[in-house]
Amino acid sequence: MNPARRQRLILIVVMVVGIAIAVGFALKSFNENLMYFFSTSDVVAGKAPKAALFRLGGMVVKGTVQHPGKGLMVQFKLTDFTKEVTVEYTGILPDLFREGQGIVANGTLDARGVFIAQEVLAKHDENYMPPEVKASLKKNMPTETSQ
Amino acid sequence: MKFIPDPVGKFFHRMASPPHFYALAGQMIPWLTGIFLVLLGYGLFAGLYLAPTDYQQGDSYRIIYIHVPSAWMSLFIYIVMALAGAIGLIWRIKLAEIMAISSASVGASFTFIALVTGSLWGKPMWGTWWVWDARLTSELILLFLYLGVMGLYNAIDDKRTASKAVAILALVGVVNIPIIHYSVEWWNTLHQGPTVTKMDKPSIHISMLIPLLTMAVAFKFYYVIAVLQRARLELLHRERTSAWVKKLVMEQNK
Repeated sequence: MNPARRQRLILIVVMVVGIAIAVGFALKSFNENLMYFFSTSDVVAGKAPKAALFRLGGMVVKGTVQHPGKGLMVQFKLTDFTKEVTVEYTGILPDLFREGQGIVANGTLDARGVFIAQEVLAKHDENYMPPEVKASLKKNMPTETSQ
Repeated sequence: MKFIPDPVGKFFHRMASPPHFYALAGQMIPWLTGIFLVLLGYGLFAGLYLAPTDYQQGDSYRIIYIHVPSAWMSLFIYIVMALAGAIGLIWRIKLAEIMAISSASVGASFTFIALVTGSLWGKPMWGTWWVWDARLTSELILLFLYLGVMGLYNAIDDKRTASKAVAILALVGVVNIPIIHYSVEWWNTLHQGPTVTKMDKPSIHISMLIPLLTMAVAFKFYYVIAVLQRARLELLHRERTSAWVKKLVMEQNK
């Protein structure tokens, strides 16, 4: 490799590495803002904003989905397998909403510590399998927490 | 210091000669198209008909046979474009410059397809067309990088200068590639985590995985076809005053 080419190669490598480091620092300092949602543990620990909209993500706890009123109001608990937060939502839920499914809700905390959701999005998992396989998985591993 | 053994160097040297490349690419395109159509036909048939429905999403998951290979291609093509740009910058090989700029519009198309199919799937599954989570936003930035590369190239009249500018822009944008790939692991996102490239067992059933990988290979072939066609055109345009192009045109007009 002749010196001129080598110099250009070194220059390019230095440029790419430099930019990567700069962007890395920037992303690190904005880390909190890049999170799409707060976990339920964050909310219980008081890290989530009070009296402001934020997104809360977690798994819908099995057996907690209730319809207390007569309307579309639905109440359920979300968990990240450490702490639980109660969520209330009035409206139509997405197709993938079900117990044991991950969701992301946008809303505010009220005085009781209940999350009043204005919007509920389903966060589906990365597993793809035919229904029969899922059924046999459940049969063979009854203790496995289904996602 | 020597990175590259002689025969390989000779091969690339020959390939980099414009008339030789033009002729060889022209001969390869029909073969590549044949392989592409076979793979695409099998991939679509297996993905849309043979593969079972998903336990949770039913038939809606079948959009992964377009969405996931397009998203993979959007990253792959960008890396190819940046590497070709770097080779063009360092070794001043005209053909590398042409490959870089010819990749841009193909990559932009795949990025656009990935974004649109994801959005169409997001509405029924997530309940929204679009969210500003890390995965979706970084993929949108990738589209803007591609568009920026194309715009910058067309804004500069001298194509050798344009290629240098474009290569630097492409190399700066490379930092976005690992961000897109790891966004779903580094941050909470609405987009789900990786399925196929997961380190432990891939969490997709084999009957669904095979059509997906077939489509991924088919898309690779499509990229090669598209990039060769664009590169041939770009080459003719750049070399329009050279003897070999004149000879080619004379022969065609006979």
